[in-house]
Amino acid sequence: MDGLAVTFVLLTATVATACGLHAGVYLDAARPWQRYFWPLFWFLWAGLNGVWLGADLFNLYVGLELTSLAAVGLVALGGRAPALRASLRYLLAALLGSLLYLLGVALLYGQFGTLSLADIAALVQGPLPGAGLALLLMVLGLALKTALFPLHGWLPPAHGVAKSPVSALLSALVVKASFYVAARLWLDLGAELGSLALAQAVGAAGATAVMVGSWQAQRQQQLKQVVAWSSIAQIGYLFLLFPLTFEVAAPVSLQAQQGITLQVISHALAKAAMFLAAGNLILAVRSRRVDALSGVSRFLPFSLFSFGLAGVSLMGLPPSGGFAAKWLLLQASLASGQWWWVVVLLLGGLLAAGYVFRIYRASFQEAGDNDDFYHPPRTLEAIPMILALLALGLGLVAAPVLSIMALPFDAVPAVLESVP
Amino acid sequence: MTFAAMLPILALLSSLLAAMIIFALPETSHRARTIINLLAALLKLLFVVIMTWGVFRGMTFSVGFTMLPGATFLLRADALAMLFAGLSALLWLFTTVYAVGYLEDSPNRSRFFGFFSLCVASTMGIALAGNLFTFFLFYEMLTLSTYPLVVHRGTAKSLRAGSNYLCYTLGGGAVLLLGIAWLHGLMGELPFRETGHFQDSDPATHLSLTIIFVLLIAGLGVKAALFPLHGWLPRAMVAPAPVSALLHAVAVVKAGAFGIVRVVYDIYGIEFSAVLGLLQPLAWLAAFTILYGSLRALYQSDLKRRLAFSTVSQVSYIILGTTLFGPLGTVGGLVHLLHQGIMKITLFFCAGNYAETLGVHRIDELDGAGARMPATSVAFTLAALGMIGLPPLAGFITKWTLGLGALAANMEWAIVVLLLSSLLNAGYFLPIVYRLWFRPQRMAWPRERRWGRLETHPWLLWPPLITVTLTVLVGLLAAAPGSPLSWARLVAVRMYLP
Repeated sequence: MDGLAVTFVLLTATVATACGLHAGVYLDAARPWQRYFWPLFWFLWAGLNGVWLGADLFNLYVGLELTSLAAVGLVALGGRAPALRASLRYLLAALLGSLLYLLGVALLYGQFGTLSLADIAALVQGPLPGAGLALLLMVLGLALKTALFPLHGWLPPAHGVAKSPVSALLSALVVKASFYVAARLWLDLGAELGSLALAQAVGAAGATAVMVGSWQAQRQQQLKQVVAWSSIAQIGYLFLLFPLTFEVAAPVSLQAQQGITLQVISHALAKAAMFLAAGNLILAVRSRRVDALSGVSRFLPFSLFSFGLAGVSLMGLPPSGGFAAKWLLLQASLASGQWWWVVVLLLGGLLAAGYVFRIYRASFQEAGDNDDFYHPPRTLEAIPMILALLALGLGLVAAPVLSIMALPFDAVPAVLESVP
Repeated sequence: MTFAAMLPILALLSSLLAAMIIFALPETSHRARTIINLLAALLKLLFVVIMTWGVFRGMTFSVGFTMLPGATFLLRADALAMLFAGLSALLWLFTTVYAVGYLEDSPNRSRFFGFFSLCVASTMGIALAGNLFTFFLFYEMLTLSTYPLVVHRGTAKSLRAGSNYLCYTLGGGAVLLLGIAWLHGLMGELPFRETGHFQDSDPATHLSLTIIFVLLIAGLGVKAALFPLHGWLPRAMVAPAPVSALLHAVAVVKAGAFGIVRVVYDIYGIEFSAVLGLLQPLAWLAAFTILYGSLRALYQSDLKRRLAFSTVSQVSYIILGTTLFGPLGTVGGLVHLLHQGIMKITLFFCAGNYAETLGVHRIDELDGAGARMPATSVAFTLAALGMIGLPPLAGFITKWTLGLGALAANMEWAIVVLLLSSLLNAGYFLPIVYRLWFRPQRMAWPRERRWGRLETHPWLLWPPLITVTLTVLVGLLAAAPGSPLSWARLVAVRMYLP
């Protein structure tokens, strides 16, 4: 257990509590399927904690499986045809990803005779073809589970049709679990078993995800699809970890790791806030369409404001956690001479502004004659605001957070000293 | 923490907290909102006055903490900061009064005043920022908080203008961020310092520094409406009049111009900028923008659009002054930061009065308005004459100082630009003045409203009268201690004689 694991356990507790409280009000208690939500919710939480705290490859697998299965169940809640279709697609993708990951685990076990990540890292000396293949397979499987472009097809339907608190959980936490495992593998084994080509290829896939995800988010007709596609873009940033930590100086690698950690945390908070706020907006206008939002700025300014504050973090504008992450990643890209990621980081922020402000434009429109809005209960409005403010404030206290939690990973003390 | 260190934070918080409270207030509590607005404005002014007095006595107020590994959030009140902070604190007070009168009976006032306060908080942050990193934080916050003000009316036209505004400013922000991050990576953290940082820098870095300079100026130039990045400004005129006033006189364009001043003097250093050969091209660009803006203004038939192009032109005076190597040029540029502010805000207040009271938006509808609204028209006339540069008004002081600066810097061509621009200013302002006073009223006012004995709502009338009085006073008493000119001298002395 290290600072990173503790941070993620805390993060999970925060976001899951918020989503749980929200769900308690949001989900209609009269519906028969409602009782399935809670067991699945707790399974999900347990599975996530299993992933954050797992130290050997098989335990990680178990944690991931538990998480995925609970998540699939949550998507299917309600049992309507689109939800079932989406959850089935999700199930197939998750299982295929797990299979690839398990294959890699088997290969590593055959080679080293142990499943402990720390032991394998100690045993690996120089590149081994079999182990290299194992890493490749595991990264591929985990990328599929994280919905890295071009393996992202399952995510938008799944996150789009799920109930809002479920979408929030999925986007904020579930996809982070598989990314977390991939990041651990890469940082422990990547230097020996990885290659420049793999690192750059993963980075390029992430960069494409940023562009394609943001572009698609711009074009969606349904509010929750916009938010779901935005997740694809935001997940893309995470994979810049691979090129930015491969064969670079230790301080640069540290900067990149800190940046990615902040991106994970701030995206989790902001995206949960955004999905919950979007849920409120949908409740208010009784339609899932973006163009139905006109006039809502007068009737539900509070939820719209939460949505916007979360958007600030997604755009990477100061003082949000997203900005802190972007700043560190910019520094790491410039210092390692990989300027092409700079372009991605800057352009990605602008594209994000495009889809966030599209929602604003729609809601500021005064042309609509719809004056019939439903007012969601106060609790539903307060929770996304709290999450959004956390995401926003994270940037201001990024340095203390990083140093108190000794983020990220088991960084060499000497490195920590050189970067105050 | 001592009281001195608290002051910059208090100056920021006064409007930040006001914004939070206003957002929380229900839409219908007009009186409470007005009281909070005015109280916050007065408090902020008080804090700024105390800090200004301290800075005059040689103190520097600064406070900061590490926000990110290697990057500090730093607030610092130096002489230059107080120039801008003073301007925004003073004009915010008047604009708040004006806005309360202007928006009477209109919807969404809670949202409007909330973002209005956020906007001023950002401006204050920009003024007090102690390094480029902190500057950027508030620079982007300004973009975000002005967007809802620009699109306030919610019409298709204003939403389009808002999108256009965002494209320009967020794009500029991205370029600026690249410049700042690159500079940070190359040179480490650089607090603003009166003489700059790079006098003894390694010649191997000069190429990078030049490129970074271009990036920074391009990013800041969007808000400063430097040609060819000025396109958003005339379009953003669909915003309500107090917003236009704030955008043009205090917040957005000034933030850009102020940023350029900071980069040239406090990061690169004026001497080093000259050594790198960066000042000349910037001076030419500024001169071109001055003439271009004035020329375009000549052809506008909409009053607010004409004023907008006039802003494009006038803000570049500040940049021109910045690039004239020598203390006099600096003084001329800095003093125009203030002078342009009070003159332009007067003009926009008046334009708003014509629109609100008479329903007049076009210049050819203004015939005879002087008889109907004499006080407003006197204010407009004086401010316009000031813009043209008639002695002893504020604009004359600027142009005179800039001219002397150009002579001292051996850049005589700049004087030609100044003269030409004054002619053009006269060309687009005098016809308006002529129509106001000497043409008979042609037709009934498009949409007239009456307020008893007064020509318009008292809250709309007093702000322009006060700011126009200031326009006259800063010109007449330019040599007096405490005037903008003497404060700009103080800043320049500290820059050139460390």
